[in-house]
Amino acid sequence: MASAFSATKFAAHPFNTISPTSQNKPLKIPTAASPFLGSTRKLLRLTSQLNLSRRSSGSVFAVSDVVKEKKPTPTPSLLITKGEGLVLYEDMVLGRAFEDMCAQMYYRGKMFGFVHLYNGQEAVSTGFIKLLKQQDSVVSTYRDHVHALSKGVPARAVMSELFGKTTGCCRGQGGSMHMFSSEHNVIGGFAFIGEGIPVATGAAFTSKYKREVLKEADCDHVTLAFFGDGTCNNGQFYECLNMAALWKLPIVFVVENNLWAIGMSHLRATSDPEIYKKGPAFGMPGVHVDGMDVLKVREVAKEAIARARRGEGPTLVECETYRFRGHSLADPDELRDPAEKAHYAARDPIAALKKYLIENNLSGEAELKAIDKKIDELLEDAVEFADESPLPPRSQLLENVFADPKGFGIGPDGRYRCEDPKFTEGTAHV
Amino acid sequence: MAAIFQGVGAAAPLSSSPSNSFDSNKSVFSPRRSFSVSKRVSFAVVRSDGKVNLNPKGRRDQRLIPNAVATNAGSAAASKQGHELLLFEALQEGLEEEMERDPRVCVMGEDVGHYGGSYKVTKGLAKRFGDLRVLDTPIAENSFTGMGIGAAMTGLRPVIEGMNMGFLLLAFNQISNNCGMLHYTSGGQFTIPVVVRGPGGVGRQLGAEHSQRLESYFQSIPGIQMVACSTPYNAKGLMKAAIRSENPVILFEHVLLYNLKERIPDEDYICNLEEAEMVRPGEHVTILTYSRMRYHVMQAAKTLVNKGYDPEVIDIRSLKPFDLYTIGNSVKKTHRVLIVEECMRTGGIGASLTAAITENFNDYLDAPIMCLSSQDVPTPYAGTLEEVTVVQPAQIVTAVEQLCQ
Repeated sequence: MASAFSATKFAAHPFNTISPTSQNKPLKIPTAASPFLGSTRKLLRLTSQLNLSRRSSGSVFAVSDVVKEKKPTPTPSLLITKGEGLVLYEDMVLGRAFEDMCAQMYYRGKMFGFVHLYNGQEAVSTGFIKLLKQQDSVVSTYRDHVHALSKGVPARAVMSELFGKTTGCCRGQGGSMHMFSSEHNVIGGFAFIGEGIPVATGAAFTSKYKREVLKEADCDHVTLAFFGDGTCNNGQFYECLNMAALWKLPIVFVVENNLWAIGMSHLRATSDPEIYKKGPAFGMPGVHVDGMDVLKVREVAKEAIARARRGEGPTLVECETYRFRGHSLADPDELRDPAEKAHYAARDPIAALKKYLIENNLSGEAELKAIDKKIDELLEDAVEFADESPLPPRSQLLENVFADPKGFGIGPDGRYRCEDPKFTEGTAHV
Repeated sequence: MAAIFQGVGAAAPLSSSPSNSFDSNKSVFSPRRSFSVSKRVSFAVVRSDGKVNLNPKGRRDQRLIPNAVATNAGSAAASKQGHELLLFEALQEGLEEEMERDPRVCVMGEDVGHYGGSYKVTKGLAKRFGDLRVLDTPIAENSFTGMGIGAAMTGLRPVIEGMNMGFLLLAFNQISNNCGMLHYTSGGQFTIPVVVRGPGGVGRQLGAEHSQRLESYFQSIPGIQMVACSTPYNAKGLMKAAIRSENPVILFEHVLLYNLKERIPDEDYICNLEEAEMVRPGEHVTILTYSRMRYHVMQAAKTLVNKGYDPEVIDIRSLKPFDLYTIGNSVKKTHRVLIVEECMRTGGIGASLTAAITENFNDYLDAPIMCLSSQDVPTPYAGTLEEVTVVQPAQIVTAVEQLCQ
């Protein structure tokens, strides 16, 4: 299984600007605010310093060795075309600008509750989701605005949902943590970590079922499950890794390891912090990739998604990434070391892609600025739309509790409750 | 135990006879059938022990009180004989018919495939429909329930089995958060037509953890429906209705009722998910019950009839939502209510039902509602203790006598 991933694809290529700085730093015993895990080579040194017991066998390191080996590439061939590059750039800028706008709107009192922003992690969402078809599914966590946007949900719909308006993608009933779209196959948006992973497994199961039981021979829909490092200590994660590998479900488990679960450092919570190693334990390849680099993520994603489409089963991809903001807008973000934040700010995926596009003559400053402006206007429009949209009326309260409203039962008068117009208006006594 | 209740179990009520069955697929809401009292008179008045009661000692009038156990010759006759089977076979039949009818219906759970189910409800299905459609899952309730929910959201209609209902406590996260809520939080974009089913209730010295009644824990979850089956007839009917329903339905079966035998119709029928079942019409007191306690109530009813009482027994069947029409009509007739349930006293179905009746029909009550529930105790292993944990027929008789003073 490890052989499906060849080293050369994502070995060092001109785009790699990252590791030198971290590798030059003297290794120190990690504290709660230690710098991130870095490349796997550094990680191995780090863990050996800590004398962490490793349960992994040699074959697991074979996977990581394959990943981390930096074989020299013959000629730097470009990984993307201009068109693709611009799509990626626009998507990441949309994600970033949208989240920044969310922060603004939150502080202006337009949205409430828990809002979790994705700044800094755009490469993972864009890198994976832009490879999907419309019928492929995406399952996320509460940090789901950008996943929804990348999958194609209009910014207007997401913004309205955040404002709690009836024109939102979930009619204002879901909110920030529950983005759904049946049209674009975004299956959530879940508030509790880990609870979306079984749902994603179920979506993948449906794909396999359609192919094998319903005989829809060309059904090769893939499901992507996005979740964080904290989730990787949760039982549902492991249970689903087992089931997905057992039945070779067409799913990719994407770990957005941003090293922090609110204020809990990944290293303080996990006995073996190398999450990708847990894949082979269940019989699927585990791959580690630099999640601040959209092109690297895209290369890994291509292979993982193709594997799933071919029916070869799941893959566990650990994307090392970082969130520039706090866990949510309510998080003061005092625990993280400013040096760590600066380290990652320097690896901003948007800046990196911009640099790549310009250096490889795929685009110019002006064109990219035009995209920035276009996104700004799109967001202005989205905010305006959301502002002007109506709030949900009282009558909407009970409308979607049941798909079949007979489920509200039979009232004392012998009629189904839902037949009573006062009931749907929400004024009837239930 | 099963043999004694055989006759009782055969009391298939008026409401669910095939000619009146409600097809939940139709979107037309037909007007409610009336359980008119006049129909009672046309009952066959043959008692289960052969005698006919001519001298009722009830405080009402001197007319003939129909038998305690109303054998309904109606439903079987309407269906040209029908066929006899046990309750677990009825469940299997219902499941199999629905799987034939709709290829999207699938089963998932522990040991449902090759083993045929811990109570043989899925016996033979894996051979017939294949290992993917009748999926043997690893022991991971939370995850395979979530998987079923994800599959339902993307187009399938899974029937998720909990090997014992108690195990579904491990799936509470998925049942509460996802099963119940996702239709709402997605603004109606995704439906979750799952059926979650399994055996529960107090069995024969199974110990505390295998004797749980989860209906009280799940009843507050918005967005789900709960039904409890008690006879082969309604087991098959409810199973089919639950599978066809677009809502998530939790179907509670009882470990001790799987071997009940009854003659059920040959033709296709379903039992309405939201309706209660009139087991024995009466005049003096309304006894509301469900699942296994129905049989304890009917046993007590025999004694009560001998003593001259005329209890009306209703199997509420729909634990969420309550069928307030059937219940209300009964309260308006008898003015006294006794609830007999196997749930715990605290926060159980009986507690909710008491509240609902008080809120809606307080003016019609001549006495406070009495509720007999199981003791608030982890079910003990010892047989003598287990016996006193649940409500026994003698207690029901005493309660009715107290209520009717």
